[in-house]
Amino acid sequence: MKKRWLCLFVENEIGVLARISGLFAGKSYNLDSLTVGTTEDLSVSRMTISLTSDDRTFEQIKKQLNRSVEVIKVVDYTEISIHRKELLFIRITGCTEQEKSEVFRIAHIFPATIIDYDFSSILVECTQTEEKNNDFIALLQKQFPNRLAVTRGGSVAVEAMGSLALP
Amino acid sequence: MKLTGAELFVKALKEEQVEFLFAYPGGQAIDLFNALYGEPDIKVILPRHEQGLIHAADGYARSTGKVGVCLVTSGPGATNLVTGIATANYDSVPLVCFTGQVPTGLIGNDAFQEVDIVGITRSITKYAVTVRNRDDLADTIRKAFYIARSGKPGVVVVDLPKDIQQEAGSDQYPSEIHIRGYKPNRSVHGGQIKKAWDILQAAKKPLLLAGGGIMIAHAQDELTRFVDMTGIPVITTIMGKGAIASDHKLYGGNIGIHGSYAANSAVNACDVLLSIGTRFNDRITGKLETFAPHAVVIHIDIDPASISRNIDVDVPIVADAKAAITALLEKAVPLEIDAWRTRIDTWKQTYPIQMKHPGMTPQVIIQHINEAFTEAVITTDVGQNQLWATQFLELHARKQLLTSGGLGTMGYGLPAAIGASLGNPDRPVIVIAGDGGIQMNIQELATAVVQELPIIICILNNGYLGNVRQWQEMFFDRRYVSTCTRYRKGCSAACNTPDQNCPEFVPDFVMLAESYGAKGIRVQNISEIDPALTMAKENQKTPTLIEFLIDREINVLPIVQPGQSLNTMIGME
Repeated sequence: MKKRWLCLFVENEIGVLARISGLFAGKSYNLDSLTVGTTEDLSVSRMTISLTSDDRTFEQIKKQLNRSVEVIKVVDYTEISIHRKELLFIRITGCTEQEKSEVFRIAHIFPATIIDYDFSSILVECTQTEEKNNDFIALLQKQFPNRLAVTRGGSVAVEAMGSLALP
Repeated sequence: MKLTGAELFVKALKEEQVEFLFAYPGGQAIDLFNALYGEPDIKVILPRHEQGLIHAADGYARSTGKVGVCLVTSGPGATNLVTGIATANYDSVPLVCFTGQVPTGLIGNDAFQEVDIVGITRSITKYAVTVRNRDDLADTIRKAFYIARSGKPGVVVVDLPKDIQQEAGSDQYPSEIHIRGYKPNRSVHGGQIKKAWDILQAAKKPLLLAGGGIMIAHAQDELTRFVDMTGIPVITTIMGKGAIASDHKLYGGNIGIHGSYAANSAVNACDVLLSIGTRFNDRITGKLETFAPHAVVIHIDIDPASISRNIDVDVPIVADAKAAITALLEKAVPLEIDAWRTRIDTWKQTYPIQMKHPGMTPQVIIQHINEAFTEAVITTDVGQNQLWATQFLELHARKQLLTSGGLGTMGYGLPAAIGASLGNPDRPVIVIAGDGGIQMNIQELATAVVQELPIIICILNNGYLGNVRQWQEMFFDRRYVSTCTRYRKGCSAACNTPDQNCPEFVPDFVMLAESYGAKGIRVQNISEIDPALTMAKENQKTPTLIEFLIDREINVLPIVQPGQSLNTMIGME
């Protein structure tokens, strides 16, 4: 079992997201995260999918996605250099003065941004890789058990410039 | 000129050369039916249940190679198609199903007879779409036919809201369509063909496994020529039976858990397996780990997702079966494999599939059918009747078998025969069914009667849901739970000893047939078979239903036990 990354270009139509997520659910493929948004061409949406699977299943997943009429292109990001980021919001409640300065310190190091504040609660934004965000959550969890509200956006990925074929 | 959506729909069907529309009306489809009024080029076939209609379209498509077209209303009309959609899609049958839908403004309101049929069928269709703009209607219908019939054929659902049917718009219907995400493979990779041929040429024990893909590609002639030229022995899946004439000297029978000893032994022993148009379903492989243990596997399939899914493939070739076999034919020369052929022949002769059981066995009945008809389309239901048919039917280019191989849908046989008969008016159409499955769509007798189709319905009546009963006998200690179709309230639920005193079977199939205006015949012994078949053949105006009363506990043998390897067949007589 291994972590994999896929980039999907799909028709920007009603029901396409359901078809893709339904394919994963119906065939018991293990989907970790899926993000979707439009591209410079509004008729095309781009999805970033992360999943965990063995080699054989992963090959099958790519083939199944490729044969979907609505899927324009499947790009395997697993073995190529990519940039990927996940947007993460964490709200920490019931903070003492001391705890607040601790959060500011952590945010400074990680780095994350304090984006909202109401004296006893703090809202932090962290835009890092999925793994780095995992670490960030784990760290805060240790310091503020049961006082976190975590909102994760799922990963978005793009090829590194070096991975793109030169024109 | 402006046309309403419904008028454009009719124009589109004509452009697609649809000769039969299998259709059941309803509130949200009434505009579409209205547009069909008086239309001379499209024959609208009214079934008695929507499930019957879609199996009929399926039988029409399988037997003619054309796209089967369905039209139903929204809600229950649409949901009644679901089993038929899955049946057809699983066996790669090209169908386009139009469903009426509530007006776009009402979608999502839980309106009367509203269901999300696109959502319901998403995982069992090749493509499914609701038309939301009148401007998209023509392109969507064109796209639907193109997707259904190209590549690996399948089912497309086109959901048509009522306001789209009524709205006036352009009368243009495109002759071509471009879908950027859908590029079915048309070519054959020359390098892979060469590699495959080199391996075959060096093989001592090559074997060709022919699946349903050969039928879909209409590659029976090419396959036969390739086999005749190379001398490579052939076995088939159930869906591939008939890909080569079943009396061909190099044909070894069906593979799989109810396959022939020769075919299964050949798979176990072969050193190269050339498989064409099969996805290696569990019913043919048995235990995967021990399937074809000594073979280099060459796999030709139109669907990349079928390759290396269940078994590891050494030489994958993504191509249409006909194109690939044609490419192989260019290289083909006779192979020196006499010893191997002799070995398979010996298996065939030592362990033929035969019933030693006395009296009017299914084998005897099917052999009489073989002799009585030189050409035919034969449909089956699912269960023992289907397995016996695939064991004993003699098939060739003009004698074709239609069966629900993938989904295994009981109730398929009779309605599929209606479609096959409409599409093949010059050929006899025969249904082989059991007493269980036939009742799942028995109402379609009415459709066959009103369409004056001379379908011959052979019911092998053993008073049991026989295939499950056989498993209960063999693997569940004869605990016959819910499988006796002669059970009455007064019977012991634990009964497993059928005898002369069992309650009468209902319905009386002969009277039932007569009540529909069909001919009904009951056959109880061998001497009555031929006269019944002769009578059925002569009856060209109505269907004929022949009920064969067979022994109650005849089994389908040999069999590979569930989850076991193909080399562990039991029940060879």
